[in-house]
Order: sequence, then structure tokens, then C-alpha cells
Amino acid sequence: MPENTAVVNETTEPVKAEAAPAKDAGTGKPRSLWSDAWHDLRRSPLFITSAVLILVLLSMAVFPSLWTDGSPTEADLANKYLKKPEWGALFQPEWFGYDIQGRSVYNRVIYGARASITVGVMVTLIVTFLGTVIGMLAGYFGGILDTLLSRLTDIFFGIPFLLGALVILTAFEKRSVWVVILAISFLGWTSMARVARGAVIQVKQTDYILAAKALGASTFRILTRHVLPNALAPIIVVATTALGGYIATEATLSFLGVGLQEPLVSWGVDVAGAFRSIRNAPYVLIMPSVLVSITVLSFLMFGDAVRNALDPKLR
Amino acid sequence: MGHYVARRLLQMIPVFIGSTLLVFLMMYALPGDPVRALAGEKGADPTQVAKLKAELGLDQPILVQYWNYLTGLFQGDFGTQIASRRPVADVIAESWPVTAQLAIFALVFTAVVGIGMGVVAGLKPNSVQDRTLLFITLLLVSIPSFVLGRMTQTFFAFQLGWVDPNVSLEENWYELLMPAAVLAALSLAYVARLTRTSVVENLRSDYIRTAVAKGLPRRRVVGVHLVRNSMIPVVTYLGADLGALMAGAVVTEGIFNIHGIGLTVFEALGKREGSTVVGIVSLIVIVYLIASLLVDLLYAVLDPRIRYA
Amino acid sequence: MTLIDESPAPQGAGDSGTPLLEVRDLHVEFHTRDGVAKAVNGVNYTVNAGETLAVLGESGSGKSVTAQAIMGILDMPPGRIPKGEILFRGQDMLKMSGEERRKIRGARIAMIFQDALSSLNPVYSVGFQLGEMFRVHRGLSKKDARAKAVELMDRVKIPAAAQRVDDYPHQFSGGMRQRIMIAMALALEPDLIIADEPTTALDVTVQAQVMDLLAELQREYNMGLILITHDLGVVADVADKIAVMYAGRIVETAPVHELYKRPAHPYTKGLLESIPRLDRKGQELYAIKGLPPNLTRIPTGCAFNPRCPQATDLCRTEVPALFPVTEQDGAELAGRGSACHYWKETLHG
Repeated sequence: MPENTAVVNETTEPVKAEAAPAKDAGTGKPRSLWSDAWHDLRRSPLFITSAVLILVLLSMAVFPSLWTDGSPTEADLANKYLKKPEWGALFQPEWFGYDIQGRSVYNRVIYGARASITVGVMVTLIVTFLGTVIGMLAGYFGGILDTLLSRLTDIFFGIPFLLGALVILTAFEKRSVWVVILAISFLGWTSMARVARGAVIQVKQTDYILAAKALGASTFRILTRHVLPNALAPIIVVATTALGGYIATEATLSFLGVGLQEPLVSWGVDVAGAFRSIRNAPYVLIMPSVLVSITVLSFLMFGDAVRNALDPKLR
Repeated sequence: MGHYVARRLLQMIPVFIGSTLLVFLMMYALPGDPVRALAGEKGADPTQVAKLKAELGLDQPILVQYWNYLTGLFQGDFGTQIASRRPVADVIAESWPVTAQLAIFALVFTAVVGIGMGVVAGLKPNSVQDRTLLFITLLLVSIPSFVLGRMTQTFFAFQLGWVDPNVSLEENWYELLMPAAVLAALSLAYVARLTRTSVVENLRSDYIRTAVAKGLPRRRVVGVHLVRNSMIPVVTYLGADLGALMAGAVVTEGIFNIHGIGLTVFEALGKREGSTVVGIVSLIVIVYLIASLLVDLLYAVLDPRIRYA
Repeated sequence: MTLIDESPAPQGAGDSGTPLLEVRDLHVEFHTRDGVAKAVNGVNYTVNAGETLAVLGESGSGKSVTAQAIMGILDMPPGRIPKGEILFRGQDMLKMSGEERRKIRGARIAMIFQDALSSLNPVYSVGFQLGEMFRVHRGLSKKDARAKAVELMDRVKIPAAAQRVDDYPHQFSGGMRQRIMIAMALALEPDLIIADEPTTALDVTVQAQVMDLLAELQREYNMGLILITHDLGVVADVADKIAVMYAGRIVETAPVHELYKRPAHPYTKGLLESIPRLDRKGQELYAIKGLPPNLTRIPTGCAFNPRCPQATDLCRTEVPALFPVTEQDGAELAGRGSACHYWKETLHG
């Protein structure tokens, strides 16, 4: 009989290893979180569908002339006032009918993509950058800095987003795309900062950060090389999911009369204007709304697919 | 527990001051002049304007104005509307109840339907019911609320004639149901998704396996062991959402013509009535802060691992 | 050291003639994205009342999956039982209705899990979770169930049980929590307990206490016990017989000290040689080379062949059955079997 307690395996057995049979053994190649995620994404119908939709939307935003020869502002009030759509006329100006000023709804929908998507993308970039920096500083350094930054986040978070944007934007007589972008970003960074702070605090306590510190790496290097890449997954998920929301916010602000304005062409502007003819010509409202919905949906599905791929817990 | 509540209440003070100051600055530091708005865009008599400004204290430095406002606020004085000369407190008191009712209906709707959908979906991950419910939530999230509002209004009021398109001045509670549903749509979808994720995660947990191994009936495994644990993140979301719902009422009230604080703030913004806007936003900030405190306390009830001392 | 030195466990039938539990040719597979993982591939074993069977193996050997199949707590899907029988007192549980199985779970067959902290519901008091057994299976009132819970906590030697009954799992130490798990399993005095790595998550000093408690209670109630472990030391002290599993099959069975003295399978031999021993201090520790197989691609022939120092072409092509193991003169060795084509050479050579 053996004298002492011994363990069969040379490694300590993982806590819950047996319930799900090992799937990592065999392929041999070490997979990182990111390459593993990419491997998953390529097979995910959700990801492929949303990525294709996003590419289509981006092509509208960047090259609207690919989609239509007409102009979004050309109006023919006399002949085309609220002319009904011709559903057979695919990709023609008359496809979705004409609005109250005799402008082609189809052309406007195509040209509207640029402003709407610009707002969505730019707000996401600004908010992600600001939120990540603030959250990372607060989470990594802790102490007084954390208290200050967290209170600042609380203060901004306490102001209802929509009301705050409304307050800022009513002050501007002329609202360009940038005014709208900055107003939304000014109030929108808080949730990103909270996510980033949480992620960084989690990463900070891991052994590899301690190891990097013990090896004498500079704080800047630790932050950029070790903390950020490992805290990035939740940040990216929140960012992609939020992007669609910002586009919807732009449309909502336009509906309230404080978003983008004519002569700018955007889905929000069109949706807001369309209410005047909602009962006679619902398509004038429906078409740009559908585009807003498709965009929001695409980014939401994209974010979902990325989260599923990055979060091993959800597999 | 008492200590914790006291500390949290103290912590709320700087956040409250900060939030109101921020709104105050946004209101007054940005272009736009309430007195000029009152006098009309075309030139008013400059001396008249100056007199009115001095009377309202609008000629003082912005921080002094804020200090005056804040000290007034703590004495229950919300200021006076410039155009109507009505006390802001009266305006708020008049428009407040209907919005509170609307937001609470929406919150109940969000909680009941959202959690219900989430549990049903999460119990059978990737089943037909799960995918259907997920698709519905995606639709709800992707349709902007003003579109959804106009569509339901057009459909139920104009096409079917079941309800009046606008909420009457009596503001009967049943008239608020449709607007509340529209207001709740987005939060409902998020709550459903959050609940689903939480249920799916907990379903795989060891203690659920134990509950099954104990021979508990499935009803009890789900009802007693799964749901309570899965509610913890959802409750947090719901608490933070009450403030957002009240703010979202701006859109809903506009569509259904409900004379609540949403419509009031919207009108006040047009006239640059600072004290009204700041007053209402402050109120929503307070609601938000108290709701988050309540949520934290509820959290401790749901999860005994959290102890506030 | 306590149990087995006194009385060798009764082999074969219990008092009624049918064994308490008999697993026959059990197969379990999981459908994963990387293919079908064959976790259990024809396992046979029996457990009698009062007997302790230790199931030994690395992670992925199918020892826990077998236990979960017996309990009826496998996740299906992705799990599937394509073949096999699990006879409890002669009745095939796999043919029972869900409700019949539920009534057996917890009441007749109970399970103790490895990690008591995550296995207890964090939001309910231990008294509630213990009392639940009586409320659900016996229809006791809340008050009576709570009294029973205190009694049980006393039974597993938790100090000041009456005061601690309303505490939550996180307020107990690891050893105490595992005692609560044991109390929960014992609550309805089941016929069979399955303990899945009951001491792995504990400190070494606490391990022995918990194991002794379990052995003591088992003897007292005359229960069957299946002890799943990868820890040879735990096995030696309490088990009557051992089944060694590898890649979803039993590769060797034997009464406990015979296995230690004379293993009849190269894998068992490797395991025993990899134990650090005081008398070999200073020498390099033996390790079985290679890794456990991927269950979606189990090697042909004997699953152990890529890691086996003695493997031949026969091993690479033909799956060895569990051969009865005999002495050199052909005298039968009761309860012994080895799934090695060269068991004779391994045992005697």
C-alpha cells in the first residue's frame, strides 16, 4: 500500500473538466482567444449575415452613386407629389415612391446612409476612446484617481441621455453632423468607461500582470501591452452593440427636431419629415425607418456574434 | 445597513450637485437667450432686456446663478418661469404624476414581460422558442421608439379605431397602457436578453446540477433555484432604467400628446426656460439616484453574499 | 486503513441475490462541434450494499460521466446514451419515466460533488437546502424540515449546528461545506452514494477527516458507495475494489490491495510508479508519457497503445476485452480483470 497521498495526473485536475469532454486536445495548435474567436466567427451565420449587411450599408454611405444615378434633393412637386411606389422598379428612383416635396424616397434613403452611419461610427469611435482611457486609468490606478473619475462618470451617467442631448442641441441654431456627433459623445462615454474599468480591474489582478510588474515593465508598457489587449473583448462587444443605438439616437433627435436638419440628407431627417404624410403615404416613413432598423439590427447581430465568439462561457 | 444607507445618501450629494451643475451649464453657457426668446427674434428694446435680466438674476456670473438656484432648490424653490411667471414647482407638480404613472407602467411591463420572455427563452437555449423570442427582441431593439409609437398609434387608433390617438386630458390610466408599452419596448427587449443570458449561464451551474441530483421536480429547480439567482443582474438593470424611462417619455409623450414632464421639458427648451429644464432634469436625477440605492439594497436581499456594513 | 483490513468485501450478490447497482455495457457520447466525443464506451460494474467501489482515472476517462449517467443528470443533449443498461435493484433506470427517476434521485441514490462551494446554491441558507430534501421527498413542513436539517448537521459533526443552520454556504469553511454536501446526500438514507472527487477541493489535512466521516457513515447505514477519484491515496484507505478507467473503458478491476501489489495493466502500473515514494527519494519521478486521447478520435485497438511501452501491432489493431486475470498456474483471482492483450506479461513478467 502506498505510503502517501498521490495524484494520478502530473497536472492538477481541472475542476469541472469531465462534464464536457476535452475538445482542445488533438489539434495540437495553440489557439489564442482572438484566433479562436475568428475561427468561430467564420462559421457563424449570424456573423456572416450581419457582416454582409454592414458592408452593403457602408457601400451606400461611401459610394451612393453605385446604387442610384438620381439625386436626393431633386424635387418635382408638380408631377411627383407623394407618387406611389413602383415596387417592380428595382433600384430606380421611383422604387419607393416620392415624398411630400416630390423627391425620390429611394434616392434619399441611399444618400441618407452617409450622415446616419457617420454619426454612428464617429460617436462609437470617440466614445470608445474616451471611455476606455478614463475607465482604464480609474481601474488600473485605483485610489483617489478612481474615486474622482468614478464620481465624474456617475455625474454624467445620472443625466438622462436623451434629455441631456436635447438640452445641448436646442442651443444650436444650425446643427451640423459634427455638432450632433459631439453632443451624443459628450454624454455617451459613461457606460463604456464603466465596462472598461470593470474589465481592467479584472485583468489587473491576474498573475501575468504581476509577472510583468515583477519583471520591471514600465506602467505605460503594462497598460498598452498587457492590460488593454486583455480587457479589450468586453469593450469591443459593447462598442459594436452600441453603434446601432447611436444611429437610432440620431434619428430620434431628428424626430424631436434637434437632430440633423435639411438640407442635410439623413434617415432621421426623412423620418421626422415623413410624419406629415403618414396617413396618405406611409412608405415615406417606412422606408427610411426600415433602413434605420436594418442598420441597428446588423450592428446588434454583429455585436452578438462577436460576444458569442469572445465569451467562452456562452459556448 | 443603516450606516450603509447613510453613506450612500452622502455620496449622492456630490453626484446630484455635479449633475445639476452640468445641466445648468449646458443650459446657460450654450448660445440661446431666454429673454430674447420671449421678446421674439426681432430686436427687443435693449434696456428692457437688461432690466428683465437683472430682475431674474440672469446678468450675474453663471456660478453665482447656479449657487442661487441650488440654495433655492434646497428651500423647495424651483424658480419661476420667465414667460408665464408661474412657479416652476407648480408646473412640475402638475405634469409630474402622469409621467410617473407612465414610467411605472412601463417598468412593470418591462419587468413582467421581459423577464418572462427571458426565462422561457433561456430554459431551452437554441430551441425554436428561444430563437423566436430572440428575434422579437432584436426587432424591438432595432425599431426606434418614435417609429414604433407612430406605427402602433396609426394602427390601433386610426386604422382599427380601438383607442383614441391622443391621451385625453383626464389621463385615465388605461389610456396610458399603449404609450407605456411603446415606452417599454426597448428596455423590455434588453431585459429579455439579459435574463436569457443569465438563465442560460445559471442553468449550467453546479448548484443547479445539485438541485437536479437532489430529485427536486423541475418546477422547483427552475422556480426556486434558477430564477432567483438569474434575477440579480436584471434587477440592477431595471433600477438604472427607471430614470431612462422617464427621460424616454419625451418621445412617447410627444407622440401621444400626454401632458407630462416630457412635453413640458420639450416646450421649456424651445423657450429656453432654464429653470424649468434644470428642475425637471434634477428631479429625474434624484429618481435615478434613489432607484439605484433601492436596487443595491434589493441586491443584498437577493444575494446574501453581499453584506452592507 | 479502517474498513478493508478487517473484512474483505463480499463479492458478487448481496443479500437478495441481485446487486444494488449494475452497470451493463454503458455507452455515452457527446455531440460537439468537433465531432462525436465518445466519453463512455462499454462500462460494466456492480456495487453491492455496504461495498465501496473506487473508480480511478484521469480527467476525460469517463468516470464522472458514468456517474452522471447513473444519477440521470447528464445534459442531454449534447449527451446521449446510445446503448447500455443501468440496473438499480434489478430495474433498468434508463427505461424508467422521468418522474420515476426523479423519485430515486436524492432519495435512493445520492451524489456528492467535488466543489461544495459552487455546488450549493449561494442564495439560500444551508438549512433551507438540507430541509428541501425532506420537504420535497417526504412532504415535511418547513419547521420540521429545519429541525431535520439541524439533526443532519449534527450527524456530520458540524459544531453548533443549531446556530449555524441559517447561515449561507459562503460562511462555512471548505471542509464544513463538504460535510454539508455529505449531510445532504445522507438526508434520506439512500442505498447508494456516488461521491465524485469528494475531497479534491479540500486541504490535505481536511481531506482525511472528510473521507473518514464518509466511510464511517457508509458503514453505519450499510450503503453502497461509488468513489470517483484520481487520488490513489484516498482509494487505498476506504475502497474494497477498484475499477481503473481509461478513455471511457474499464482497463483493470481488482480488489484494492491486489491492484497495488500486482497491477495487471500497463496503465495501472504506470500510475502506481508515478506516485512519489519516500523510499525512492532523490530518484526521478516516473511519468506516463504522452497525453490522454482526444475522445473524438480515440486510437484504434487499445486506446492506451500510443502511450504504452509494451505496445505491439496487435495492440494497435484489436481492442482488448476485459480478460479474467489468473495466477500463473491458472488459479482464478476473484474479481480481477485486465483489458490488456499482454496482461500475463504485465502481471507475472
